[in-house]
Amino acid sequence: MTSTLTPPRKRSALTKGQLPKFAPLVVVAVALVLAAAILALIGFNALGWGILSAILFTIGLVTWSGLVEGSRKAKDKLATCLVVGAFLVALLPLVSVIWTVLVNGIPGLLTPGFLTTSMNGVTGTTDNRSVEEGTRVLGGVYHALLGTIQITVLATVISVPVGLLTAIYLVEYGNDRPLARAITFFVDVMTGIPSIVAGLFAAAFFFAIVGPGTKTGAVAAVALSVLMIPVVVRSSEEMLKIVPNELREASYALGVRKWRTIVRVVIPTAISGIASGVTLAIARVIGETAPILVTAGFATSINNNVFSGWMASLPTFIYTQILNPTSPSNPDPSNQRAWGAALVLIILVMLLNLGARLIARAFAPKAGR
Amino acid sequence: MSKRIDVKDLNVYYGNFLAVEGVNINIEAKSVTAFIGPSGCGKSTFLRTLNRMHEVLPGARVEGEVLLDGDNLYGPGVDPVTVRTQVGMVFQRPNPFPTMSIRDNVLAGVKLNNKKISKGAADALVERSLRGANLWNEVKDRLEKPGSGLSGGQQQRLCIARAIAVEPQVILMDEPCSALDPISTLAIEDLINELKDQYTVVIVTHNMQQAARVSDKTAFFNIAGTGKPGKLIEFGDTHTIFSNPSVKATEDYVSGRFG
Repeated sequence: MTSTLTPPRKRSALTKGQLPKFAPLVVVAVALVLAAAILALIGFNALGWGILSAILFTIGLVTWSGLVEGSRKAKDKLATCLVVGAFLVALLPLVSVIWTVLVNGIPGLLTPGFLTTSMNGVTGTTDNRSVEEGTRVLGGVYHALLGTIQITVLATVISVPVGLLTAIYLVEYGNDRPLARAITFFVDVMTGIPSIVAGLFAAAFFFAIVGPGTKTGAVAAVALSVLMIPVVVRSSEEMLKIVPNELREASYALGVRKWRTIVRVVIPTAISGIASGVTLAIARVIGETAPILVTAGFATSINNNVFSGWMASLPTFIYTQILNPTSPSNPDPSNQRAWGAALVLIILVMLLNLGARLIARAFAPKAGR
Repeated sequence: MSKRIDVKDLNVYYGNFLAVEGVNINIEAKSVTAFIGPSGCGKSTFLRTLNRMHEVLPGARVEGEVLLDGDNLYGPGVDPVTVRTQVGMVFQRPNPFPTMSIRDNVLAGVKLNNKKISKGAADALVERSLRGANLWNEVKDRLEKPGSGLSGGQQQRLCIARAIAVEPQVILMDEPCSALDPISTLAIEDLINELKDQYTVVIVTHNMQQAARVSDKTAFFNIAGTGKPGKLIEFGDTHTIFSNPSVKATEDYVSGRFG
């Protein structure tokens, strides 16, 4: 599609004074070689090579651009380099964590029976034997997985009604009254409570009403809901706030009562955001270790009752396996189980985040024609 | 199925701020009444007092009487919800419920109040209301699609269908065409002409040609200055207001000399 009026040219007059498209590639190559050469003099290492290359690339590209294209384009390139650099720096620990957990956790996760057996009956002798004879590591996370799910579900059942109703009060009825302002203030304070304090609160609370030494899954669930409620309140409040007031007025104008308007119009409109907020709150508390340690204790066998007896959970399982290996003389099987449990926990959190997205999409108001 | 409205000495407040002062007006049943006036003169505020939507805003209150066929809307023990089932409202921006289909939007007044209605009766009500809003032919094949997928003008007519589905006595319209193109506006104006056979219609508009086209009577509101309360300046037959007003301010406004 060349124009018939002007003869085809290789370069448009409008693109004069620009760096060629391959310029960044050239600068990357030069920076990599130069950085390798410099590092060869003082001792080569991969991390230093990456950092030095990035710095040289930035300097090179910005200088070249400044010479050819002028200062505005050079500033633009500098900003781009800084933004991309910051992104890479932020990504580095994340990728590193996922990589480490994958490498260390996959052997544990792939051991037959890891997800379906508990630590009941697995002792130091068992671990010593499996190391000496080279057989597979016995014992698994079934009890801890079960405990985590039970505690988290109970914590969700406690926090979602409390949190959602609080948010409804704040948005629909609060009107900036002193009570609403006090609630907002205390929710903010609660957001900052250290998780161990929440655990101590739940432990002390049950100590007072049930008796000394009460450690059950339910106590842990109460501790977790103390952490969860402010998150649920905050996210639900934001979601309810962005429901347009016009919808409420439209509903009132049809002669619909306020509470019905809230239940049938406001909440359905905001439900996708509320649901994903709740899911993210669950993801936030599912990895809590300290409050569970002081409230649910630690168990090696399956406990199906959240209301009686000590209960294991994935974070406390990891903690005890690393700190007190089942066999102190051969900690490797314990390490393997701990990393496997860590991988299971990360997968659980990822599934929850994925679930949050699916929920948000499923509940979002449809705009088809 | 329509009632008259008589307003006596109505003062409208936002907190301590007097927004509209001393309104006396008699709106006939089965007629179209237009409220005109410059921005901020209290037309919409006054309109919202006619179905007690004004008090939805925090701190808003009124003094005086609004009589719907002789019954005071602001009398002791009157439930605003009952008032709103009798006096429906259409808003400036089309606001169909985004979570509901076209059909459910029309049935919203019934369904949100959890009234029992048979499938056949519901179908008949949907068709009657949508026909009443001149929208039936455009949407009859996609009643289960979301209402937010319609064009702006169609959405506004959907909102009118939603308002007439609860079978009110009076329909209030707060600048219903200000967000619409001329063709949709024409469709709504035609609709208003048909609605007055059955309902009392009160419409707020910035468009004086529109007021002249659709209304039987016109009320001109004005404001003396910022911070002063709005007042009803003149109320009379639309023809008189536009051709031979008795107040100078009305003449200046309708002839485009200010506002």
